Amino acid sequence: MSQAEVAPPAPTVSAPKAAPVSTTVAAPVMEPVMEPMAASMVAGVRPQTAAGFLALFRNEITLTFRRTRTIALLGLLAALPVLLGVVVKIQTGNLHGGPGGPAFIAQVTQNGLFLVFAAITVALPVFLPMTVGVVAGDSIAGEAATGTLRYLLVAPAGRTRLLAAKFAAAMAFCWAATLAVALSALATGAALFPMGGMTLLSGDTIGLGGALLRAVLIAGVVALSLAGLVAIGLFVSTLTGSGIAAMATTVGLVILVQILDSLPQLQAIQPWLFTDHWLTFADLLREPMYWDGVLHNLGLQALYLAVFGSAAWARLTSRDITA
Amino acid sequence: MTQSPVVESIDSVDTEETPVGGPATAAGPTRADSPAVIRTQGLTKRFAGGQLAVDGLDLTVPRGSVFGFLGPNGSGKTTTIRMLMGLIAPTSGVATVLGASMPQSVGSVLPRVGALIEGPALYGFLSGRDNLVRYDCADPTADPRTRARRVSEALDRVGLTAAAGKKARAYSLGMKQRLGLAAALLQPRELLVLDEPTNGLDPQGMREIRALIRELAGEGTTVFLSSHLLDEIEQVCTHAAVMSKGRLLVQGTVRELAARAQGRLVVRTPDAARAAEVLAARGVSDIRVAESRVDGEPATAGDDPLPGLCAALVEAGVRVSGFGVERGTLEDAFVALTGEGFDVAG
Ligand SMILES: Nc1ncnc2c1ncn2[C@@H]1O[C@H](COP(=O)(O)OP(=O)(O)OP(=O)(O)O)[C@@H](O)[C@H]1O
Ligand SMILES: [Mg+2]
Repeated sequence: MSQAEVAPPAPTVSAPKAAPVSTTVAAPVMEPVMEPMAASMVAGVRPQTAAGFLALFRNEITLTFRRTRTIALLGLLAALPVLLGVVVKIQTGNLHGGPGGPAFIAQVTQNGLFLVFAAITVALPVFLPMTVGVVAGDSIAGEAATGTLRYLLVAPAGRTRLLAAKFAAAMAFCWAATLAVALSALATGAALFPMGGMTLLSGDTIGLGGALLRAVLIAGVVALSLAGLVAIGLFVSTLTGSGIAAMATTVGLVILVQILDSLPQLQAIQPWLFTDHWLTFADLLREPMYWDGVLHNLGLQALYLAVFGSAAWARLTSRDITA
Repeated sequence: MTQSPVVESIDSVDTEETPVGGPATAAGPTRADSPAVIRTQGLTKRFAGGQLAVDGLDLTVPRGSVFGFLGPNGSGKTTTIRMLMGLIAPTSGVATVLGASMPQSVGSVLPRVGALIEGPALYGFLSGRDNLVRYDCADPTADPRTRARRVSEALDRVGLTAAAGKKARAYSLGMKQRLGLAAALLQPRELLVLDEPTNGLDPQGMREIRALIRELAGEGTTVFLSSHLLDEIEQVCTHAAVMSKGRLLVQGTVRELAARAQGRLVVRTPDAARAAEVLAARGVSDIRVAESRVDGEPATAGDDPLPGLCAALVEAGVRVSGFGVERGTLEDAFVALTGEGFDVAG
């Protein structure tokens, strides 16, 4: 994996715009060499269309959710709130008011809606990022391992466009994963506990409709807070030709960062870890909503996205595809 | 490993046993002055490990040709094809495909090129049809409105219509190969690059692919074909090039190669030693004597030396039971060019 062999990054990339820039450039080259007879039977330059450009994105997202692995991961995430709800139901006495347990657990017995937030709080540090690490880590490396990467690139998908499509599909998975946790928690909460208007952390009470809206908002914010991890996963994925290695590395990285985030000796670097502000979504359960932490978190994710997204792009566009 | 990397050493390319309807010489709209579809100059690839896979390659593939790309295992064919398709960057030298340099122009060149590189690669959990849809979606110039029709046509062209709904992981090797070919045929192409296209195919499949190649060549598509099956190359190609250890040994039309071919004179006789003496005296070179058989290369003088040689043998009292010229095959030419050794070059 020496960097010495790689070519200059920019030229191998097809323009990520829908405009048919490159094809019009090639046209004058073609004209004199095409025979009239051949020209009629063999199509020459076709224009690039917006629909054609976007087709890969749609196909990539569909493909992600057609994999058995994706469905299994979503199923696993959906099982988590059920387990949590059942445990809370059985162990009500022990957990009630217990200071050490995860946030919102105590409120779940009074209002099933709180299971949504409790489940997200439990899933966010490890389970959710692990599934995202699997999907993002495998994205490019998995295609390289099966050899399909070379056929996508000679299609030609365009290296930048392919990376963008992979990112879009991984973000779609983040969103689906968060929804899987939230919806399963909502169903479990409704089945096992009373539902109704909820008392916020600030002491105010909002109606059931308002509470559901906040759940949707929080699910969106949580999905977006995984963007930095997706970028890291994509970058790792461009480094190797083995899907398994990329998945393991990305998931290992999540666990490592979570450990670093919990060591008191490392307080200086902790604010810069991509996991550090994940739980700020709870601030949106106040009245009025407290956005500082959330925006800080999203800014941090954007920073990670810029750094690791560029690294992934530089690596993929300059890499020799020998698999 | 013995090597004779001299271009002149092509001594036996079969010309007489070319089957009827063979080379697509007349089919393609080959034109002497038509510009090259592929042209490389000093194309070189040295891998990160220091392996020199392709070394100063100067290749010219004329428009409309069916170009056979030959070479022993590890001679750099696939590496060359990868450079032509913009998958790997050359260490030095330039590669021009359809008039534009690679890998800078992949976006404008590759939609007009269909490729099969080092065997097919498929999504096992998708059906054959969905695999093609996937690859078609990857091409930003492909029209989504005609996608379903083009996919069906491509499946039909490689005889996979009946198995189109089956998961690709349940495909046999030959079916996978066919599906890979179908992916290359999703659009009308100006150039098809096929790396060992008949690998894993049954005899019918091979025949069909050869027929398909001739048909495509007839439509004006240039076909660049790497293969180890020399009779396949002989049957379908108009041009050929031979690689060895990353270097180009020879390139030209198959007809040119054939014209240089020279058969070996074979004499069957119980007086082998005596015959060898007579033949040597008459300028026959490279004489090999076996039991009741002598063969050698007749001198390439202007007029046909064979009747004279025959008369001389009879005159010298050699009992001739058989006398004639045995045409070599492209295989002999290939082995003569690239050496007999079985071990691949490091
Ligand atoms: N990714 C790589 N890294 C290092 N060396 C490589 C790599 N790929 C190929 N090579 C080397 O380059 C040389 C040419 O390989 P290539 O695959 O081009 O051969 P080929 O002519 O296609 O052979 P075959 O007929 O077996 O398909 C070989 O010596 C091979 O070991
Ligand atoms: Mg090869």
